[in-house]
Amino acid sequence: MATVAVTAERENYLNQEYGIRSWLLTTDHKRIALLYLASITFFFFVGGFFALLIRLELLTPAGDLVQADTYNKLFSMHGQVMIFFFLIPSIPAVLGNFLVPLMIGAKDLAFPRINLLSWYLYIIAGTIYVHCIVTGGVDTGWTFYTPFSTAFSNTRVIEAGIAIFIAGFSSILTGLNFVVTIHRMRAPGMTWSRLPLFIWAMYATSIIQLLGTPVLAITLLLVVFERAFNLGIFDPTRGGDPLLFQHLFWFYSHPAVYIMILPAMAVESEVVACFTRKRIFGYNFVAMSSIAIAVFGFLVWAHHMFTAGISLYSALIFSILSYLVAVPSAIKVFNWTATMYKGSISFTTPMLYAFGFIGLFTMGGLTGLFLAALGIDVHVHDTYFVIAHFHYIMVGGAVMGYLGGLHFWWPKISGRMYPEGWGRLAALLVFAGFNLTFFPQFILGYMGMPRRYWQYPPEFQVLNVLSTAGSTILAVGYVLPMIYFLWSMRYGKIANDNPWDAAGLEWKTSSPPPTFNFEEAPEVTWEAYNYDEIPAPAEVPVER
Amino acid sequence: MFDNFPLWPIRASTGAGNVDALFIFLLALSGLMCAAIFVMILVFATKYRRRRGVEAEQIEGSSALEITWSVIPLGIFMVIFAWGAVIYFHERTPPRAASEVYVVAKQWMWKLQHQEGAREINELHVPVGRDVKLIMTSQDVIHSFYVPAFRIKQDVLPGRYTTAWFRATRPGVYHLFCSQYCGTMHSGMIGQVTVMEPAQYEAWLSGGGTAGSLAASGDSLFQQLGCSTCHRSDAQGRGPNLVGLFGHPVHLEDGRTVTADENYIRQCILSPHTNIPSGFKPIMPIFQGLVSEEQLTALVAYIKSLSPPPAGGQGGVSLAPKPQYPKE
Repeated sequence: MATVAVTAERENYLNQEYGIRSWLLTTDHKRIALLYLASITFFFFVGGFFALLIRLELLTPAGDLVQADTYNKLFSMHGQVMIFFFLIPSIPAVLGNFLVPLMIGAKDLAFPRINLLSWYLYIIAGTIYVHCIVTGGVDTGWTFYTPFSTAFSNTRVIEAGIAIFIAGFSSILTGLNFVVTIHRMRAPGMTWSRLPLFIWAMYATSIIQLLGTPVLAITLLLVVFERAFNLGIFDPTRGGDPLLFQHLFWFYSHPAVYIMILPAMAVESEVVACFTRKRIFGYNFVAMSSIAIAVFGFLVWAHHMFTAGISLYSALIFSILSYLVAVPSAIKVFNWTATMYKGSISFTTPMLYAFGFIGLFTMGGLTGLFLAALGIDVHVHDTYFVIAHFHYIMVGGAVMGYLGGLHFWWPKISGRMYPEGWGRLAALLVFAGFNLTFFPQFILGYMGMPRRYWQYPPEFQVLNVLSTAGSTILAVGYVLPMIYFLWSMRYGKIANDNPWDAAGLEWKTSSPPPTFNFEEAPEVTWEAYNYDEIPAPAEVPVER
Repeated sequence: MFDNFPLWPIRASTGAGNVDALFIFLLALSGLMCAAIFVMILVFATKYRRRRGVEAEQIEGSSALEITWSVIPLGIFMVIFAWGAVIYFHERTPPRAASEVYVVAKQWMWKLQHQEGAREINELHVPVGRDVKLIMTSQDVIHSFYVPAFRIKQDVLPGRYTTAWFRATRPGVYHLFCSQYCGTMHSGMIGQVTVMEPAQYEAWLSGGGTAGSLAASGDSLFQQLGCSTCHRSDAQGRGPNLVGLFGHPVHLEDGRTVTADENYIRQCILSPHTNIPSGFKPIMPIFQGLVSEEQLTALVAYIKSLSPPPAGGQGGVSLAPKPQYPKE
């Protein structure tokens, strides 16, 4: 047990204090990140379990595994859990929380206690939502469309709405904390143009969280009020307008897509730079494209409503704006690809996830062009084509980014290496399983299979069987990392301070970092991604 | 095996080919883009894999390249936008002479009524080669009328009419799906569209019982509800004369000018006080809750039948105060 003795020697944020109290009352951003990691992992597996049941039900055309109402609850709760309790907090609240202060050379976030408050809000919201699940669940779809949600559903809509309302405040507080921290807490010499691209993307994400989430909160509150007090805001029989709900909902929920994908792009930039040993090609363009996505992302919401009954001319405007927001995303893909040119590329697990991210995000982005084309959207809207498209973005993009980032910074977070061989195997399984699950859904969608169908015509079965088969592979790919990360916390090889020989302030402190991050306040005298000044490792450290 | 495993939906309307053409163009374009990026990544990953003693070459970036790969995609995007918009414009503009089918959706069924009077549930019979306009509303939640073979989809909302149209080109039986989640049996809210040769269609129509046309039942409802006491055709009534109203602009008491379309007529019946034409008093009773969606569609169809047919249209009704509609 010599290894344990070695870690015990150095004081760090993990071993400085012990006991439940030291975790539940911590204001250390790194510990809060781990609290978030544990909580969102729980919700990831809850949402994943719902997804598996959905896929099993769809193995046969008849509705035979669960009741229709149960199925409706499964896809509703899958969506709500995955979006509001996993994806939105995933990279910002775990990796962002851990890394933002480290990357800019700060001791902590600007408001450590607000940071802890945001986790408690998340836990309160999560507890209410779990209570909602076990006492009957909710069947409105993740979108809460009115008047179904306010006047027709007889499930626990109010409870789910309140849970997501509270989770929203957790997200707002995290965003607020990041914006203030990035503005005010940068180390001397850490100018805006020296910021890692991770920080730029996280900054753009925080802006969306701050400006968009309140609109969702108000909208859900209106749904709760209409349902509880019979107001006529969205219900047309009482003078309301159901399309008003859709406008308000998508005003947040479209930018929310960027809350999920921008952080994954943030991870992508760091990982690609490190494993090509290069500064990211076109730093300024990549940084500014994050800001452009955050701004334009607010102007495209009604592209979810092309068949909803909006006017012809507003549809034209939202279509053209949707194409504008595609440009900065394309810029990022081109720049990451160009970064590989004349690099010195190694194929570690994080880099495999990065390759997977570029491929899947490219496909997700390109199919977005199909959906923004008005004439095609009319046919494929609310079909499996849309399901496939946004899973390519949110799972192929956001989850791959999250997993890649978790592997990349795991040595920093835990002070241990994960087993590289298992890591690569899991990355390949995730990639293969993902494509097998979701690619057939593009075809299903163009064939015309509507989403949220509990039973379906028999000609759609073959593709559904393929999709279900893929989901089982995907599930194995997701369970593996959880097992070996837990394993590595005790048995993994001890990581040195900078196992990847990566640039960036977070690698200049010890692994795991001390409570206040740096032994001496850092001063930055170098540009971001100065890989020319860091000798490339002869061999990538791997545990065989 | 491939009978059970189709990979492309049937094309059965004039609009379907347009959608498929753009879709195929986008497939080719995306295929090309994916191939380009994947090949580059593969080549770079192989050629520049880490080797002992070989350092990465630091390249700052290139504004010329950045502008190239922003502007060229933007140009291509604008082409796709314009192409998609043209198709959409076509899809959303029903020909004026289309024959009309009123659709009322409810959890979890479709109720359809042809202007000739035939009623159907979860089924729609249409002839090949005729423009058919759907005027749709919902009795409860939002539904969506989706016929993949026609590539059309339109949400069906409570409290207003939405429209869609198609011209079928190929006889056959096609899926009708509800594509907007609407509760427990959403996936059971499916039906079929039967496209028939015109002769067969006429035979089907004449075999469909003796119900009068939709406008005719609207007419008798108009008398029953007492509408005709005020809405007289001689301009002497206390309410506006409805002859020739449909499709024309109406000046309202509050200064707005609106076109008298299906939604306007519907609004006027349900909550007349918010839509008073200038020169009239708010004396009409509110019919919200007193008439069913089916009765409303009959009334709307009747009031529409009081207006001259659009230029170039066939059939229709005369300008005579007492309308003539096809009677069995």
